[in-house]
Amino acid sequence: MPMKIGSDEFKNRVDKGIRDSFMRSAVASAQDGIGQRRQAAADELGNWEEWRSHGEEIRQHVLAHLDYYLELLSENVARRGGHVFFAQTKEEANEYIREVALKKKAKKIVKSKSMVTEEIHLNAVLENAGCTVVETDLGEYILQVDDHEPPSHIIAPALHKNKEQVQEVFTKKLGYKKSSKPEELAWHAREMLREEYLTADIGITGCNFAVAETGSICLVTNEGNADLVTALPKTLITVMGMERIVPTFEEMDVLVSLLTRSAVGQKLTSYITVFTGPRAEMEADGPEDFHLVILDNGRSNILGGEFQSILQCIRCAACVNACPVYRHVGGHSYGSIYSGPIGAVLSPLLGGYDDYKELPYASTLCGACTEVCPVKIPLHQLLHKHREVIVEREGKAPISEKLAMKAFGIGAASPGLYKIGSKIAPTAMNPFTVGDKISSGPGPLKAWTEFREFPAPNKERFRDWFKNRAKVDHE
Amino acid sequence: MKVSLFATCLVDLFQSNVGKATVELLEKLGCEIDFPESQVCCGQPSYNSGYVKESKEAMKRMIETFEDAEYVVSPSGSCAYMFHEYQTIFKNDPNWEHRAKELAEKTYELTEFIVDVLKVEDVGARFEGNVTYHTSCHMTRLLGVKKAPIILLNNVNGLRMTELPGKEKCCGFGGTFSVKMAQISEQMVDEKVSHIEETEADYLIGADAGCLMNIGGRIERKGKPIKVLHIAEVLNSR
Repeated sequence: MPMKIGSDEFKNRVDKGIRDSFMRSAVASAQDGIGQRRQAAADELGNWEEWRSHGEEIRQHVLAHLDYYLELLSENVARRGGHVFFAQTKEEANEYIREVALKKKAKKIVKSKSMVTEEIHLNAVLENAGCTVVETDLGEYILQVDDHEPPSHIIAPALHKNKEQVQEVFTKKLGYKKSSKPEELAWHAREMLREEYLTADIGITGCNFAVAETGSICLVTNEGNADLVTALPKTLITVMGMERIVPTFEEMDVLVSLLTRSAVGQKLTSYITVFTGPRAEMEADGPEDFHLVILDNGRSNILGGEFQSILQCIRCAACVNACPVYRHVGGHSYGSIYSGPIGAVLSPLLGGYDDYKELPYASTLCGACTEVCPVKIPLHQLLHKHREVIVEREGKAPISEKLAMKAFGIGAASPGLYKIGSKIAPTAMNPFTVGDKISSGPGPLKAWTEFREFPAPNKERFRDWFKNRAKVDHE
Repeated sequence: MKVSLFATCLVDLFQSNVGKATVELLEKLGCEIDFPESQVCCGQPSYNSGYVKESKEAMKRMIETFEDAEYVVSPSGSCAYMFHEYQTIFKNDPNWEHRAKELAEKTYELTEFIVDVLKVEDVGARFEGNVTYHTSCHMTRLLGVKKAPIILLNNVNGLRMTELPGKEKCCGFGGTFSVKMAQISEQMVDEKVSHIEETEADYLIGADAGCLMNIGGRIERKGKPIKVLHIAEVLNSR
């Protein structure tokens, strides 16, 4: 699977995540910090719920008319002299980009941050074609230097690392000799990268939003690296998921406002880069040649179905930052480059249930994700929908669970059976009960009592108390 | 006012004290309580696990059970929310959609019922102690009941409230999640317990039997001297 990371089983990945105390404290402090800033930035607008509804409307409108907007976008990119390639699969996308690189005899490629190129494993394809690929987003750069470690968060890919760990990577791999101060680390990366921009043959970017009306691409960064990637190399390739379109600059404005507030708690990021096609006459910089690769890779299968709302996503990661499960297991536990609630919904859709069947269950359905989503994706409901599909259509639930749930369904639906079951519960639980608690239970109670006490059933059920009380009252 | 009590299976089987306190409290507030005998489980455990078909029969029994009720009140935000969710589950089902909607419209979580329907903000309770309150996810986010329990607790004589740090974070219960993903659930409840300890409260109060069973079970296993109480028990003390 394209976006799969590692081959470890889900349980082992989670165990590893839970044992990584460095990662967990880095994630917890990032979640707390970003969470507070996000809330403050949302509150500052005064009518955040209206903004969310507006964002949702825009995204739903685009998805409902995606064929129209894709055509409009393609026409306008072409009109400005750009090349548009529609890739149905990751192989088609990779092959097109590889051919451009070969045709340009490219030796060096600089990239700004792009989850879609992670999804299709583009870097490996280009490296096999003999190119040197350099990530210029600081987080991505750190991971690339650290033996191509996969991202653990969709907007802060190196979130799982603290500054001491970054210092260690830089010292080992880049001969870095300074301290673990973020400023010194960032400065070192900046010095290393500056030369790369100037000597690169091709720039590759992702896409936050493509403006259909003008054929423009909008990139949102805090480092300014996308500015240099789009301005300096002679050839520029942008890779976008087919759903990342806005009709006009007006809607882009709304979504950028929602994105920067939700992602990092800022009114705006330091750089909002917008470019249109290759360099035109009278323009001072920009590429001579521009290619827009529009990727499907499973997205059109989601369109029109019960999971369509996941395509509203603008990749802000607010859900990831609010998720109490992500907090304790970290991004790599998801086994996909898309982690957190968005990853748990999207990964099984793009990569299949075989690899990702556990992800929809890695949630308490607490709804924290749904509450913060700036475009109102009902994330916890989609996680539940996956469970329903896994159980009822895919038939992938364990047999023991199926039997238990069937029995539960029958018992719960029958007042008679329920009454008998609840009446004999104290006797049935007697062998396991000490005082008023069960410390080592049978069946499903085993997992519960591994680290929690379970209450012993009441000797007198509430319903009996209520009945007897009524009798006493009447006597 | 006539109230039909939806006690929930956890309360019926494991926490009858909570049921008793709920009945006594509502009676003090002038309600006449009825407990429809044919009530079973709301179906949430199997529904949330993805067994939608299997759960629907239990849901239909519950709709029938409470069909004649004037008000349905439950001492659990999560279970009360489930009754509201029936409308979505039976959407486009000609036999049940309308009946599910009627049930949702008259179903309230206990504190919401006291504040919004009975229009009572001070139940005249007295409870001496340092407490903190756990805001359950389904009750606050899905049912939308945020203020009622706090209003009621703040008016309890002798009660000293310290806000729980990270109060919006899930405790790690999540129904079958607590056993299916036990390793993750343990980390979540541990963080919750350490936040409770930070408040130096003697009592943890909550309004959802599931969360309280999870947090309470962990507190007990760790041997912490913190007592766990349902909000009905606190509001019913004099």
